[in-house]
Amino acid sequence: MTDTAAQTSGAPAKRRISLHALGPVLALVALIILGASLNGNFLSAGNVTNVLARSAFIGIIAVGMTFVITAGGIDLSVGSMAAFVAGVMIMAMNAMIPVLGIGVPLIIAGMAVALLAGIAAGLVNGFLISKIGIEAFIVTLGSMGIYRSLTTWLADGGTLSLNYEARSFYRPVYYDGFLGIAWPIIVFALVAILGELAMRKTPFGRHCAALGANEQVAKYSAVKVDRVRMATYVLLGALVGLATIMYVPRLGSASGSTGVLWELEAIAAVIIGGTVLKGGSGRVWGTVVGVLILSLIDNILNLASIVSPYLNGAIQGVIVILAVVLQREGKSAD
Amino acid sequence: MTPILEARGVTRSFGPIQVLHGVDFSLVPGEVHALIGENGAGKSTTMKVLGGYLSPTSGELLLDGKPVRFADQREAEAAGILMIHQEFNLAMQLTVEENLFLGRERRRGLFMDQKAMRAEARELLARLDCHIDPRTRIRDMSVPNRQMVEIARALGRKARVLIMDEPTAVLTGRETDVLLGQIERLKAQGTAILYTSHKLDEIGRIADRVTVLRDGAHITTRPAEGFSEHAMAETMVGRELSDLFPAKAQGAEDIVLDVRGLSVPGKVSDASFTLRRGEVLGFAGLVGAGRTELMEGLVGLRPATGEVRVNGMPIKPGSVLAAREAGLVYLTEDRKEKGLLLGKSLTENLTLLALDRFGKLRIDKRGEDAALTRAISDFDIRVKDRAMVAGALSGGNQQKLLLAKTMLAEPQIVIIDEPTRGIDIGTKQQIYEFIAALAAEGKSVIVVSSELPEVIGLASRVVVMGRGHIAGELTGDQITEDAILRRAMGVGELTGETA
Repeated sequence: MTDTAAQTSGAPAKRRISLHALGPVLALVALIILGASLNGNFLSAGNVTNVLARSAFIGIIAVGMTFVITAGGIDLSVGSMAAFVAGVMIMAMNAMIPVLGIGVPLIIAGMAVALLAGIAAGLVNGFLISKIGIEAFIVTLGSMGIYRSLTTWLADGGTLSLNYEARSFYRPVYYDGFLGIAWPIIVFALVAILGELAMRKTPFGRHCAALGANEQVAKYSAVKVDRVRMATYVLLGALVGLATIMYVPRLGSASGSTGVLWELEAIAAVIIGGTVLKGGSGRVWGTVVGVLILSLIDNILNLASIVSPYLNGAIQGVIVILAVVLQREGKSAD
Repeated sequence: MTPILEARGVTRSFGPIQVLHGVDFSLVPGEVHALIGENGAGKSTTMKVLGGYLSPTSGELLLDGKPVRFADQREAEAAGILMIHQEFNLAMQLTVEENLFLGRERRRGLFMDQKAMRAEARELLARLDCHIDPRTRIRDMSVPNRQMVEIARALGRKARVLIMDEPTAVLTGRETDVLLGQIERLKAQGTAILYTSHKLDEIGRIADRVTVLRDGAHITTRPAEGFSEHAMAETMVGRELSDLFPAKAQGAEDIVLDVRGLSVPGKVSDASFTLRRGEVLGFAGLVGAGRTELMEGLVGLRPATGEVRVNGMPIKPGSVLAAREAGLVYLTEDRKEKGLLLGKSLTENLTLLALDRFGKLRIDKRGEDAALTRAISDFDIRVKDRAMVAGALSGGNQQKLLLAKTMLAEPQIVIIDEPTRGIDIGTKQQIYEFIAALAAEGKSVIVVSSELPEVIGLASRVVVMGRGHIAGELTGDQITEDAILRRAMGVGELTGETA
């Protein structure tokens, strides 16, 4: 009965990186080479910082989106949610100035409000999807409209602006950094590393993948399906809050047009990175690569004047479709 | 008589691996030719080659005596060769008639001719003695009825050759009888039928000829007459088979599981029973009697009311995790849809149920790897490559993996629903040995099975269910097929159909 055991025992788990997982990385490298050859400034510290810092918002959200999609869900509301959280954060900070004054306590209170607002928004989505059992697409399509409209309403059709002095005090959170690296980049890197670890090494990540692969099997395997699904939306909400914390100091304002189409960029980054749209398998590092690919395309088009920057969206669209085609070919070759 | 379809010296390789080594097989009009073998013997590949799904690597196919090559299964279908899969090819959301005419809808001008299609659908179903409304949606129908629709569809396409891949795997005895009757009728109409099943008694009943495959090679083709079940089994396995069932363990006195007044809305009402330590308790009944629902309610997979006590302590209702922590686990009958993640690695499947044993915060991958090594040896899982996905394992090995996954949670009480569905006889015997070994170790096992010999051979006590109630309990010498069936149907009644 043990004849098959001997030959297999003790074999270490091989980490195999297939060519199709490597595809996005190769694309990223190609883009960097292309950028560097088109414009000498491309690899300058200023440009690199600029690209990475701008990627950070979508990047932080996309890491959360990776978990939602891996667990078989989708969230269309993150762009509107970011605008809403930003609006709430700005109003709360303005309201707290008489009490807290301009200073670190105000900023911390504002950050706490943003995080809590994000978590609350994620909880609402998660509750409707996992407890009430409405499809994720429908729930988040609805909440996308709701958060967007609430933001416009709060701003009374215009712009919500942070108090000028508070804004000046808060600005360094976007523009300054630590050891010469901008804060948004540091936060994005931390989120990405923790996300990658959570996806690959923790029971939560494993449960997300199991849930996305086959919900029934997960349920029969004593996985708390509702709780895991809810957790993915709450995590995403919290990360939207975190992204907003990094975003508000950049402009110091929010309006009905803040964060428009962020959801699609985040989803696109996740898909380019090799996460399967219908769930079951997710790659956080792939998502990071996806985000960088999307930002680099934008950056290169702006720096080099070969193709009009107005075609940015079209090129990104082609890349997303191409990524899925390549994924499918990788699958059928198995 | 010239065979309609014949394979001569067919081989087939997938990459470097050759799975068929010169298989000969022929079908003449009006015969049932059974193809039997263990899981992995090459039955599926042979059927797929004959049905046009795969092309042979070498060797030839003859249609009406002339060499033929099917580019795909459509061409085979056009030649009148139809394959009925274990997993049905039906659109769940469509009605019976829509499915029957899918892709070849009758038309009148621009529009579909609903009336003609409905009439033809009724006629096809009537030929099968199947009384379902053609307007019923497939998703609202029972599995056996879906099977009938599949067969009706084949008839509608004027099948001359019907390839049936384990059509009775999901049917009860009564439904099997109906199906076998219909096969007789098709045979009388001149259809040639390739039939596979792990249930050798059926082969004996309906087959005219039997071909045995082992490890991809053709072993023998013989008339079914005079080929005993035992001889078939030994030819398949290639060795002598001793008694299929191990000795029964006698349970201890102490009660580990006490179920009182358990009801699952709409499925089971007021079920009470007990399970002793070291006992194998059988659950028998017709399909639809509520056995699976009772067990799922018991472990928290379905809403249920009533009391479940493990070692005298009540367990929290509605939580699979709480049941598992109390030492109570359920092994599903549906390993493909509810048991295993077919697209995931063996390790991920193995440890999913007991993942918290491999670290709360960080999964211990080394530990997981060691667990897989242990599972492979303990349960004799035949694995070609440790990095393969669970779906690439044969049915028997999937079942062993599922068993290993369940046992990794170190349960005290294991409920196994249909332990050997769709599994060959050699693996069956191994699984019976595992079950007996569990009981001998002092664990308690509930075996839910539609195969009466299995329940009778394994269990020292049998609970019989009928129509959502516990209809009786049998021990020792009382456990006979007759006694079980009479209780399952309600004594004296002739029409106890609940499916």
